[in-house]
Amino acid sequence: MFSNLFTPQAVEEALLILKTQIPLAIWETVYVTVLSTAFAIVLGLPLGVLLVVGEKNGVLPLPKGLMHALGVVINLLRSIPFLILMIMVFPLTRLIVGTTVGTVASIVPLVIAAFPFVARLVESSLREVNPNIIEAAQSMGATPLQIICKVMIPESIPSLISNATIAITTILGYSAMSGIIGGGGLGKIAINYGYYRYKFLVMLIAVILLILLVQIFQSVGTRIAVKSDKRLK
Amino acid sequence: MIELVHLHKTFETADGTVEALKDINLSIADGDIFGIIGMSGAGKSTLVRCINMLERPTSGNVIVGGEDMAAMSPAKLREKRRSITMIFQQFNLLMQRTCLKNVCFPMELEGVGKKEARKKAMELLSLVGLPDKAKSYPAQLSGGQQQRVAIARALATNPQVLLCDEATSALDPNTTHAILELIRDINQKLGITVVVITHQMSVVEDICNRVAILDEGRVVEQGNVKDVFANPQSAAAKKLVFPNGEETVLPPGKGETRLRVLFNGSNTADLPLIATMAAQHGVLAKILGASTRSLGAQAFGEMLISVPDADAEKALTFLRSAEGIVVEEV
Repeated sequence: MFSNLFTPQAVEEALLILKTQIPLAIWETVYVTVLSTAFAIVLGLPLGVLLVVGEKNGVLPLPKGLMHALGVVINLLRSIPFLILMIMVFPLTRLIVGTTVGTVASIVPLVIAAFPFVARLVESSLREVNPNIIEAAQSMGATPLQIICKVMIPESIPSLISNATIAITTILGYSAMSGIIGGGGLGKIAINYGYYRYKFLVMLIAVILLILLVQIFQSVGTRIAVKSDKRLK
Repeated sequence: MIELVHLHKTFETADGTVEALKDINLSIADGDIFGIIGMSGAGKSTLVRCINMLERPTSGNVIVGGEDMAAMSPAKLREKRRSITMIFQQFNLLMQRTCLKNVCFPMELEGVGKKEARKKAMELLSLVGLPDKAKSYPAQLSGGQQQRVAIARALATNPQVLLCDEATSALDPNTTHAILELIRDINQKLGITVVVITHQMSVVEDICNRVAILDEGRVVEQGNVKDVFANPQSAAAKKLVFPNGEETVLPPGKGETRLRVLFNGSNTADLPLIATMAAQHGVLAKILGASTRSLGAQAFGEMLISVPDADAEKALTFLRSAEGIVVEEV
């Protein structure tokens, strides 16, 4: 498969695609990833908060049945393979976006797949908050909402940022898969040229660019997380 | 005034029911520095948490300033908690906030304006001696400094009661002393009632005027610090006052009389009691055991001495004549 990777013809073709299609593909990948992550956080953050505060000994205990149902739904969504989930949510995608193909349409399954994951990440971040600090806030007469907004979330910011970085890199990987259902981006280029047309050099370039994007997201995220951590002297 | 009336607290655990507090009756007057002392597991932390309802008592009443804490609505309780603040063993500062913002925190909860809160927080940081640490984060401070910030934070809502839950247990002796001084200062300057939970005798001696001894969930002794420590009645109190045991001495030898000398607030610091007895009356006493501690300028405690039978009468007469000394033959 790699024997005729660098024939003059292949290189020329790859350069052409690099010039004409890759810039747009990078942009599509970035915006689909960022937008999907943003929506996933909007849904996943409150859900993750509920998972922690709603427990029996939590700040705002919720009915046991509700907590159980939340857990089941999250686990259920997380256990469906993304490839299948993309197809299963077609009706919902059509309802929201009006179509099931294209870059924008791929955001819907990405969000559906990512928000339960984000909820679990938020849950693990919030569990790291020292319970004694929460008790101190209660002793000062803080309401449950004040404890969530002024204690639990601010105190776990470094961990939340680290986990947001994990989320965004994972969603970037998923977004490449959405090339299968006509979503745009580097994934589409890799699948269309590499898988369907045997243009392996183009596929290789797309993959390298994906790797670079993950590296950039990860190092920026790590840097912000470390900087936000005031526990370090 | 804090009154605990027939307070019980039981916990349901996997190993069955645990009775943490059994029929606690205490009353703490305004302006007191009230010590609650006991070994670990005696129920001290549970007791102090019942005062501000961080733990709900199973039965009994907690009455603070004439109001029954257990009967309050959640909103009323939150408001009441602003006048009963608390400091902790591990300080429990918000690690992602600067010291200034930590002190602002309770005012923020209350809805005090930002400017006003900052001004008051700066004043409080000056009061606790850390005006230059306003912009520092807790992680940059020593333990003693963190506890000072926590005290400033506890004062932000103008409380009437300050609960100290092992507030000095994580600090070294010098820092402990400085923090206790600060607490006493606050008690005197601002007239705040202080409840001190501790397992350290020295803390109670240092700052408390009244004390209750807690043992296995019961108050076994309470009263003025001087009375309780001078003459401990219960086994738990004796164990705290004489941590090395008071009766661990050899059996009496032949021809010896043993005398127990109780120092009950005597000014023995000025009087070399045993030496005087030897020099003036020729009675040579052996000291078998002694455990004394000074409260202020006075000595409290006891000493077990042994004198030859022949000199027993002389020794008794001399010792009985000394001020603040009680002697008994054993």
